[in-house]
Amino acid sequence: MGAYHAGVRVAAAYPGTPSTEILESIARFEDVYAEWSTNEKVAMEVALGAAYAGVRSLVSLKHVGLNVAMDPFMAASTTGVNAGMVVISADDPGIHSSQNEQDNRHYVRLAKVPLLEPSNSQEAYDLMAYAFDMSEEFDTPVLVRSTTRISHSKSVVDASRRRVLAAAQVGFPRNERKYVMLPGHARLRRPLIEERLVKLAAHAEGSPLNRIEWGERSLGIVTSGIAYQYAREVFPKASFLKLGMTYPLAKELVRHFASQVDRMIVIEELDPFLQENIEALGIKVSGKEFIPRIGELNPSVVEEGALNAGLLAGTAPRQKTHAGSKLPRRPPLLCPGCPHTGIFFVLSGVGNRLKLPGAKDRSLRKSTLTITGDIGCYTLATYPPLSAMDTTACMGASIGQALGMKKAGVDNKVVAVIGDSTFLHSGITPLVDAVYNQGRITVVILDNGTTAMTGHQDHPGTGVSAQGKETEAVHLEQLVRGMGIGDVRVVDAFDMKALRSAVRSSLDSAALSVIIVRGECAVHVPRRSAPRIVDTEKCDQCGTCLLLGCPAIQTENGQVYIDATLCVGDYCTICQQICPRQAIGPTVEE
Amino acid sequence: MNNVDMLVTGVGGQGVILASDMIGEVALAAGCDVKKTDTLGMAQRGGSVISNVRIGRKVWSPLIRDGGVDILVAFEKLEAARWVDYLRPGAVAIVNNYALPPLSVNLGDERYPSDEEIAGILRQRADRIYFINGTESAKKLGNVRTLNMYMLGCASLLLAFDVQTWKDCMSRRIRANVLQMNTAAFDLGRKEGLDVDIR
Repeated sequence: MGAYHAGVRVAAAYPGTPSTEILESIARFEDVYAEWSTNEKVAMEVALGAAYAGVRSLVSLKHVGLNVAMDPFMAASTTGVNAGMVVISADDPGIHSSQNEQDNRHYVRLAKVPLLEPSNSQEAYDLMAYAFDMSEEFDTPVLVRSTTRISHSKSVVDASRRRVLAAAQVGFPRNERKYVMLPGHARLRRPLIEERLVKLAAHAEGSPLNRIEWGERSLGIVTSGIAYQYAREVFPKASFLKLGMTYPLAKELVRHFASQVDRMIVIEELDPFLQENIEALGIKVSGKEFIPRIGELNPSVVEEGALNAGLLAGTAPRQKTHAGSKLPRRPPLLCPGCPHTGIFFVLSGVGNRLKLPGAKDRSLRKSTLTITGDIGCYTLATYPPLSAMDTTACMGASIGQALGMKKAGVDNKVVAVIGDSTFLHSGITPLVDAVYNQGRITVVILDNGTTAMTGHQDHPGTGVSAQGKETEAVHLEQLVRGMGIGDVRVVDAFDMKALRSAVRSSLDSAALSVIIVRGECAVHVPRRSAPRIVDTEKCDQCGTCLLLGCPAIQTENGQVYIDATLCVGDYCTICQQICPRQAIGPTVEE
Repeated sequence: MNNVDMLVTGVGGQGVILASDMIGEVALAAGCDVKKTDTLGMAQRGGSVISNVRIGRKVWSPLIRDGGVDILVAFEKLEAARWVDYLRPGAVAIVNNYALPPLSVNLGDERYPSDEEIAGILRQRADRIYFINGTESAKKLGNVRTLNMYMLGCASLLLAFDVQTWKDCMSRRIRANVLQMNTAAFDLGRKEGLDVDIR
């Protein structure tokens, strides 16, 4: 909403928690062009092109998305932007829904661009207009960094501003020395970037985003982002230097604040980014000595750190009962009717990984199959009982890793498993690499027709745009065949026999093979019908169906039963197909 | 009204997020400052879900301190016991008397705690624990998905907002074709909550 009111006309993103909702929100406005890009690098390039053409543009991505988009981000810093361009990085401290934890504030030092950090929803709204003005005034992309607890919290916002559109005409002002980065031109840009940083640093000194809130002078706290909220709660009486613009640092403001308080500390989430920049000024300051640099902060963590550092009087926090940590955990699962369950059951079976309840543990090391995995709901197949994934690194990594393992000479057959959206994001180039370098691997593309894990966003394969319009759909089998792969099979995700035979044939293939497993995401199934039921006469409690890890299949006093409210029925029937006693069938309406 | 820190917990798919959103909206309509935040696992369904809702004159952090929760509203029994360390001594807990065993329990690797164990764990912090049969009642109304409105009906007995403010919020947030069933669930939750003396 803030970006919309700030006059954004082009917005691009690839879904990623906790950034996804930003593009979903702005896509609702008809006078904004919003797209799901195939990946973050493309999103950055689309936004940069729009900014070159005189239109305010927005990119939103999660922290690891910026890794993907760093190449064009550096280019944007070098060329400058013409019209305003803002990049929102949604970091995920505590790794709620990511493959790693990283503090993207470090990127601004590399890219030499300004950094703004909101500390609540209202500031996030207000910051956008400020960021776009700054981007245009200093001819630079601006990074706005949020964290999970800013992105995924709700608070009261006054969003009553009106949409302001720039009067300037849309059009690209051709200028090779600024936009064509030949070495000679890039050398001309280089000193301008340094000058820009100096000007931005001067701007930071007077920016209204940086403010002092005076309290008692015995303790001064420098803070930014969500950490400000925690610090205000834990230290109601202290003085605060609340930084909304955290790079370049407002050095004189920090010096002034330091001179007015007896002791200065920094409270910030993740790395000591502010702390190290302040220490570099020769100012004595502490922070990460007692505030953890790992994981998400909260008021309790800040309080505990403050108690340990002697900053707060009082007793140690209350003893925990730890009762909760002894209870059975509840990890997320593949849904009932998930189109991924069948293929993983087959892979797990072929790889000798399945373990019946009560049976002895088999060492996974003895499996004859190595399965490199990727990022999506299907990463959950790592957990028992399926235990069908051996690696997950980053978006699109499965295929390159599989190729690397095979080229390294492992005896095992190697299978790469990747979802449709992830394949289109960054699986195409490694598959071309496998064609070119003759990798004898099997690539399984799980095509559920959506980007499921982040909340069912469309992608180039679905034929629907981010704004709900019909568009050209990219056909996976045509794409794969077009690369020159001959051994391509398309299999129904709920046909166990076909899945088994496809996996066997592909693994035996002497060449690179691709299996496209197609089945719509269970959350999209419109009508559920005839939930399956277990015939207790026939069932001998062998436990095979439990190995699917289907949440609908449960046990009570040793007897397996199927929860009729969870089962999707005729659409799936995987359990019915694998039951050795034919004890599972449809419920019959009486 | 005094500051109230609430924790709403359950299993993915039970409607925890909508319920906690609505608590926040009702408090906002009643003129309070509100912050709320949700923590859910990486997938859509089946994992633990936990919502922090903070209501007061001025709220800083959206996350509640450990040992600071005044009211726990749990849509599932195990998900009530799991968060005991977040409760302040003397807290109130409303627990839906319903078990959804996790996969590890179904596979026989772990054991689901008994009702006595769950009550015992909660009693380490909570003074008042109300077990209510929300799932059963919601089923009787014709759709188990109305459980979240039933739970809100119970929780509304502990919050100083008029019934009308709740109803207004429901008509804003719930689709017209299922509104009546959800309002009925709210009313039933409020009535059955009174029957077990939630106050």
